[in-house]
Amino acid sequence: MTYPSDVVALARKDLLLELRAKETLPSMLLFVIAALTIFHFALPRGTGVVAARGLLWSALVFTALLGLTRAFVPEREQGMFDALILTPVDRSAIWLGKSIAVLGFLVGAEIVALPAFAAFFHALDGRTVAAVALANIGICCVGTLFGAMAVAGRARELLLPLLFLPMAIPIVVGGVGGYLWFLALYDAIFGLLSWAAFEYVVSEV
Amino acid sequence: MIAGRGLAKRYGERRVFAGIDFELPDGGFLLVTGPNGSGKSTLLRVLAGLAAPTAGELELPPRDAIGYLGHDPLVYRELTPLENLSLFGRLYRLPERGERIGMLLERFGLWDVRHERVSTFSRGMQQRLGLCRVLLHEPAFLLLDEPYNALDAAGGALLDEVLAEPRTRIVATHEPERVERFATARLAFA
Repeated sequence: MTYPSDVVALARKDLLLELRAKETLPSMLLFVIAALTIFHFALPRGTGVVAARGLLWSALVFTALLGLTRAFVPEREQGMFDALILTPVDRSAIWLGKSIAVLGFLVGAEIVALPAFAAFFHALDGRTVAAVALANIGICCVGTLFGAMAVAGRARELLLPLLFLPMAIPIVVGGVGGYLWFLALYDAIFGLLSWAAFEYVVSEV
Repeated sequence: MIAGRGLAKRYGERRVFAGIDFELPDGGFLLVTGPNGSGKSTLLRVLAGLAAPTAGELELPPRDAIGYLGHDPLVYRELTPLENLSLFGRLYRLPERGERIGMLLERFGLWDVRHERVSTFSRGMQQRLGLCRVLLHEPAFLLLDEPYNALDAAGGALLDEVLAEPRTRIVATHEPERVERFATARLAFA
């Protein structure tokens, strides 16, 4: 069972790097709280639940984008993809390890963001929390793949939002509507596609 | 054995190198020389399996038999030497990695700083750690790109010892006099 232990080692490495650098999670927390605060003052009193929920999903998608932008910074700045690719590890394990780490950061931001949303707007029901949990998986799977693709490009700061945001539209649609089956289907399809495609993203060969 | 026939590499319109032929038997030492920007580093990336040649045929060892050192030491700067080597030891599935890591850190003079972050190290210490990473899984093939960069006299002597060990070695450098004595084959870029 080397694949799971490879994934755990790689995810652990990313969490340890964040614990040391303290760059990604604090930025995500600050961003999501600032966004919800702005929405709170921008939205007129008595706004409906659906409109408020739409803003929550917007805040979560852009918070995730912030985390994804930072996800491959060590690999990009220190050329670490080369060192990882040369190990006998299956390349999809690199993607899965990174996705799990990004998921950890996103959940960390949501632990603060969801109660803040409840305080500013409306109480959250179980369906919304379940939708957020399902959406997190899709966001991290697809976003990590695009994050790796963007690392290789020249205009990487532009490339990631251009690739990721269109793919996040179904997540927002499913999230606002509370369509759990749709989010689960998205996770299954795009999780599998990202897992299979990562091999071709990280190497020329 | 590691061999290339008619190797060429282009990036768009720019030709990096073309018509490279060589054959290096096990235990041989290929010295790759040439000025900056002549394509030495790209050739090493191709031989490491990190880049695909535009044309030609390659005979390469399995990737876990390769120890590759590029321009960067390829270690995580926010981790300690011990954490870096433990990570790669696990990824290379080394059974008794603790012992091997300890031996390498001792050999390269990094044992006393094994719990300090690599970001606090000088470039020479980072290069030593990069060499530890390269040697960690006891590769049969060494591909080293300007390996003497940033090393002091003691570090250079340690690298001399490594290069004298019986392995298949390919070293790219613009200072060939340092390793000339090991070379069994030469490839000069213009």
